[in-house]
Amino acid sequence: MVEVHSPEFKENSRKALKDKQLQRALQHVRGNFIDKRAKSIADLPEFEALRDNARDIKNHALEHLDLYLEAYEERVVAQGGHVHWARDSIEARGLVLDICRKVNAKTVTKGKSMITEEIALNEFLEKNGITPIETDLGEYIIQLRGEHPSHIIAPAVHVTKDQVAEDFKKAHTHLPPDRSMDEPENLLLEARGILREKFIAADVGITGANFLVAETGTSVIVTNEGNGDLTQTLPKVHIVMASIEKIVPTLEDMSQILRVLARSATGQEMSVYTTLSTGPKRKTDVDGPEQYHVILLDNGRSNMLGTEFQDMLRCIRCGACMNHCPVYHSVGGHAYGWVYPGPMGAVLTPQLIGVDKGGHLPNASTFCGRCEEVCPMRIPLPKMMRHWREREFERHLMPSGQRRYLQLWAWMAKRPAIYRLATNVVTTGMRILAIGRGRFKKFLMAGSWTAERDLPAPQGGTFVSQWKRQRPEQVR
Amino acid sequence: MNEKLRVGLFVTCLVDLFRPSVGFAAAKLLEDAGCEVLVPVSQTCCGQPAYNSGDRADTREIAEKVITAFEEFDYVVAPSGSCAGMIRKHYPLLFAGDKALEKRAKALAGKTYELVSFLTEVCNVTQVEAQYDGVVTYHDSCSGLRELGIRDQPRELLATVKGLKLSEMKNADVCCGFGGTFSVKYPDISNSIVAEKTATIEDAKPDLLLAGDLGCLLNMAGKLKRQGSNVHVRHVAEVLAGMTDKPPIAESRRDLRGSDG
Ligand code: SF4
Repeated sequence: MVEVHSPEFKENSRKALKDKQLQRALQHVRGNFIDKRAKSIADLPEFEALRDNARDIKNHALEHLDLYLEAYEERVVAQGGHVHWARDSIEARGLVLDICRKVNAKTVTKGKSMITEEIALNEFLEKNGITPIETDLGEYIIQLRGEHPSHIIAPAVHVTKDQVAEDFKKAHTHLPPDRSMDEPENLLLEARGILREKFIAADVGITGANFLVAETGTSVIVTNEGNGDLTQTLPKVHIVMASIEKIVPTLEDMSQILRVLARSATGQEMSVYTTLSTGPKRKTDVDGPEQYHVILLDNGRSNMLGTEFQDMLRCIRCGACMNHCPVYHSVGGHAYGWVYPGPMGAVLTPQLIGVDKGGHLPNASTFCGRCEEVCPMRIPLPKMMRHWREREFERHLMPSGQRRYLQLWAWMAKRPAIYRLATNVVTTGMRILAIGRGRFKKFLMAGSWTAERDLPAPQGGTFVSQWKRQRPEQVR
Repeated sequence: MNEKLRVGLFVTCLVDLFRPSVGFAAAKLLEDAGCEVLVPVSQTCCGQPAYNSGDRADTREIAEKVITAFEEFDYVVAPSGSCAGMIRKHYPLLFAGDKALEKRAKALAGKTYELVSFLTEVCNVTQVEAQYDGVVTYHDSCSGLRELGIRDQPRELLATVKGLKLSEMKNADVCCGFGGTFSVKYPDISNSIVAEKTATIEDAKPDLLLAGDLGCLLNMAGKLKRQGSNVHVRHVAEVLAGMTDKPPIAESRRDLRGSDG
């Protein structure tokens, strides 16, 4: 598993807020993704109906997950492919290594896949003498930088163009040092040139999957660069690494969900490439891999079935929730401290690494509800974050000081007479302390608030007491 | 002849504590719309702080008290989308499975409204008798906007205030970073979000910032004042009721006279 830094969320976010480069890079998320999504949806009046449809398809698949997975396996095998089941990351990595060793693989190319991040595949392969090469431009950049993705569809969104140019200069020393790197196109072409050789040399290609289609035994990836196609067709062996909830019953179902996926993610009608793979190369095919393996990873997903977190398994990893999240906009993806950032990460992370480690994430939300508003799969993200908070509360994971405050307040809120007395004392007291000013620059009990904001002073006296005095006949 | 609607005013804990004048403005608007306004003095809070902290047991007890105090009225109205949303959308969920209470929670949910949408949707108010000479900008508070669909209603009524000019800010529908306990638990992130907000507010060049939720208003006013901004801040009810005699949020008579507080 990738190292966990979620317990340090607070420190991580403080650092992120001070990181000028990062803040500049994040401006991009705020504008770009949001406007493009809004525009593409405005052009499609049936979008809301499509979302309902997508939700229903996935709900149905999850209700009958075992049946569809078995049907899928049967179809893959019938077409000459192999299906392997992995309970956790250790099993999944072991399976990949076995397949690689059997063909004496030295290098593997990789298409973009969050699930291989989840099981920390790259580090594992390197340790075992196999070189993994990321072929998605963003993934390639962060691999050069020795980092992890900070966004599920735009892994290098935290890096500015100038930083990339510098990284490329350092890494690609065989190219003329004075070459022009001002335009993003230059960088793209340069990476393409480098990657082309790697594609040809690779022994194994590993991709993720956006969908697994039960009816046909097909795995599907969507990309914008075409790197996924080369990853899976050029090497002798293609490994698909997919988590079990990627299953949909039919090709028709897949195409329905595709209609909301790209629009929600990047505002495109469709991604540039939608690639379907069904089994290894057949006799009549001109190209394709000789071996086709699918590794079906559970890694905690089946524990979510039948719980209040089941809806999360509908997630199609479009990234819309983080693109619209004010907290993500402020601190970026790395602050979340594990693989999945933003609102979807705030729900998924406690499930996959434990709420004792991932507990900050579902708390670090204003519950503004924008994520749920844009989620194409209508996942009630805030509601599920609240469920995590409930679990934490039950298990006494909330800091004890906070818990004491909360319980004192709740105790009073249930006792109107005492509450009335106390609030009158507090508001009057604060009024006196304000000595004629409208606000406090510092306030003992609210130090964290007044560090960078003033605290407005109360007008003095509570509403209920004033009303009681002024309009005794309108009181209940 | 129409019977007057009996409205229970759920003033919300923040208005009760910080800004009673918003409660009086709400009462005036309701009375102008022909309602009889009653205030149960046993009201404290809707329970959101406990609810959003994962403390369901306390939330349920607090909610039960709210239900008991308010179920006698024809309608329950709160000058807050957040608290009205809590009663409308979350109370029924809290008691799911407990038949008797669930029924009462649903009944209360069905007759609970946020102030401005109550005026326009139930009382069919289309204009107000008020004057404000200046440029205002309006922030859509999250719960009101996304749980209750409040966006056009306040703007429609504001358009009938004499002398008032509305200058929309960019991203008016984006969170201000308050989030209740969030602003205390994660003050740095909250601050970064509200700083983004105040920048868009300043860009709209208003004299006055309005919104329908006091939590957001305290947050934005606190930040604007720390930044030395001249933008005043009020609850939308104050302007709609023509009750702008009290100093704006985070200001005092002294500020209004020009000396810094
Ligand atoms: S939770 Fe929804 S919005 Fe977020 S990545 Fe998943 S499908 Fe997309």
